[in-house]
Amino acid sequence: MSAENFKLTRDSKFGTMALSVGAAGVAASVAGLFIDHKTFFFAYLVAFMFWMAIALGGLFFTMVHHLVGAEWSIVIRRIPETLASAIPMMAILFIPIVLGMHDLYEWSHEEVVAKDPILQHKSGWLNPTFFTIRAYIYFGIWTFVAWTLYKASLAQDEGKNMTEKMRGVSAPSMILFALSLTLAAFDWLMSLDPHWFSTIFGVYVFAGSWWATLGFVALFTMHLRQTSKLGEVMTIEHYHDLGKLMFGFTVFWTYIGFSQFMLIWYGNIPEETIWYKHRWEHGWQYVSVLLVVGHFIIPFLTLIFRASKRNLVVMKTMAIWFLVMEFVDLYWIIMPNFTIVNPDAHHGLNFSWQHVATFLGVGGIFLWFVWNRLTSASIVPVGDPRIEASIHLKNA
Amino acid sequence: MNELASQSAEDLKKQAEATSAKAKEILIEEAAEGVVAEFDNPAALLEAAEKIRDAGYQRFEVYSPFPIHGMDDAMGLKRSPLGYIVFGFGSIGTMGALLLQWWTSAVDYPIVYSGKPYFALPAFVPITFELTVILSAFTAMVGMFALNRMPRFFHPMFYSENFCKKGSDDGFFAAIFAWDKKFDVREVKRFLQSIGGKNIEILHRPLNGEDSSK
Repeated sequence: MSAENFKLTRDSKFGTMALSVGAAGVAASVAGLFIDHKTFFFAYLVAFMFWMAIALGGLFFTMVHHLVGAEWSIVIRRIPETLASAIPMMAILFIPIVLGMHDLYEWSHEEVVAKDPILQHKSGWLNPTFFTIRAYIYFGIWTFVAWTLYKASLAQDEGKNMTEKMRGVSAPSMILFALSLTLAAFDWLMSLDPHWFSTIFGVYVFAGSWWATLGFVALFTMHLRQTSKLGEVMTIEHYHDLGKLMFGFTVFWTYIGFSQFMLIWYGNIPEETIWYKHRWEHGWQYVSVLLVVGHFIIPFLTLIFRASKRNLVVMKTMAIWFLVMEFVDLYWIIMPNFTIVNPDAHHGLNFSWQHVATFLGVGGIFLWFVWNRLTSASIVPVGDPRIEASIHLKNA
Repeated sequence: MNELASQSAEDLKKQAEATSAKAKEILIEEAAEGVVAEFDNPAALLEAAEKIRDAGYQRFEVYSPFPIHGMDDAMGLKRSPLGYIVFGFGSIGTMGALLLQWWTSAVDYPIVYSGKPYFALPAFVPITFELTVILSAFTAMVGMFALNRMPRFFHPMFYSENFCKKGSDDGFFAAIFAWDKKFDVREVKRFLQSIGGKNIEILHRPLNGEDSSK
């Protein structure tokens, strides 16, 4: 097998399309920033977290692949690897959140903290300087791991023996990843409601992120199969295995989400239950129900059947559905907090055109970056010693 | 005269031996519970399985020290019904757990616990989940054993000394069993020979007087 055979052709329109959509999105977002900066930063955070979730899910996919010595996923390994390699791009796209901290996080308001003993006690952790430093420590860890694994994988294409090295890097990185992702979820999302706390929150964000990434990989490979020779090596058997993970992690997300809910519901302590109360009024109750139905029941009942995992139409529908539901999930986490920093604002779903603009802006840039990386290397890790076995995968 | 007598005695003895060998062969064929053949390597076994399948045999089995990719198709195995059985029992677990908790907490002996309603669904979910999982898991395990007709203490394959020696080490075997509708011991022997089988043996219980301790 030669790497040249598995190169994407540059004349595919995907990269240019992503860039133009991204540019249009950025332009609209900048307009939004000047029209209504309060809405802009919240919309931007939702969009940023969505694409960050895909990038981090790609990093997790790569690490877990090496750690368990997976064989089936070798043919698609380059895609999650490339998604993770876009993390430095996301570090740049994080700058607006640092700049807009005042519009997002109540704990960044000195006059509020001065009157609030709880926030005063938390101010050692929740203050603008430390928040920014921490964020870039997380990005540093993720970038380091993502690029080490990506470079090693490219070296493997050239015939170098990298299997042990990649596994060796993945083991300690997995521990760092778990800690940094948990803290990032606490910092970026949980502290939007700075009085509220939930120790499982990081796992919940991870569960959604990895779940959505599986959907994204399924959808993206369907496109790549048409524009490259990936279609020659990636078969329905690989979709079947992706489908099994999609099904399994539907249950995992539900398990984690319910674990968080049930303990708070049972304990019935106001400082904890307030978070769910905010999500059970002013129309948010419909979104909460939508999450139970759309994030759990529909994918569960659809993907439980072997036949649906081996049907590309069903898989494609589910993959798109996963991405929609991940957006809804992040929207449901972030947007009810809008009225914490804007007490006079309308209590409600507050969906604005800015959500679309920022989503397309961040997404376009992210995908353009990913596509450029993909075109610069073979789309299949041809140097992996077990690639043949992966191509001839068969499910029992 | 003596010479003649001894010669005919010799003949008679030979004749008797031949008859007894013939009789033994017939007895073995009568007692046959299957025919086993050995193959050289996994590829040969895979090919043999396809030929046995195409010849229309259904009650046959292949034995290899390790799993061989594509063997299910080669043998023409159908999908296992285990998934549906597990789903059925898993659903019984879900329903059973909910009914149990509803009946005990809301109907038979209603007590208010920490201000929650009698039928407090969130509190019931963990038990419902666990019962679903445990019934599914047990059904999967017990069902897998049952569908494989296990555990069993004896199998006709154990009659073959060759299989007992190499079956889990480096031997590749295919056997067609007597409970196949098409089973005809001579025909099966010829057939296994024709598809490249070696060390063909008829699986049978030891005849009277034969050493059964080996």
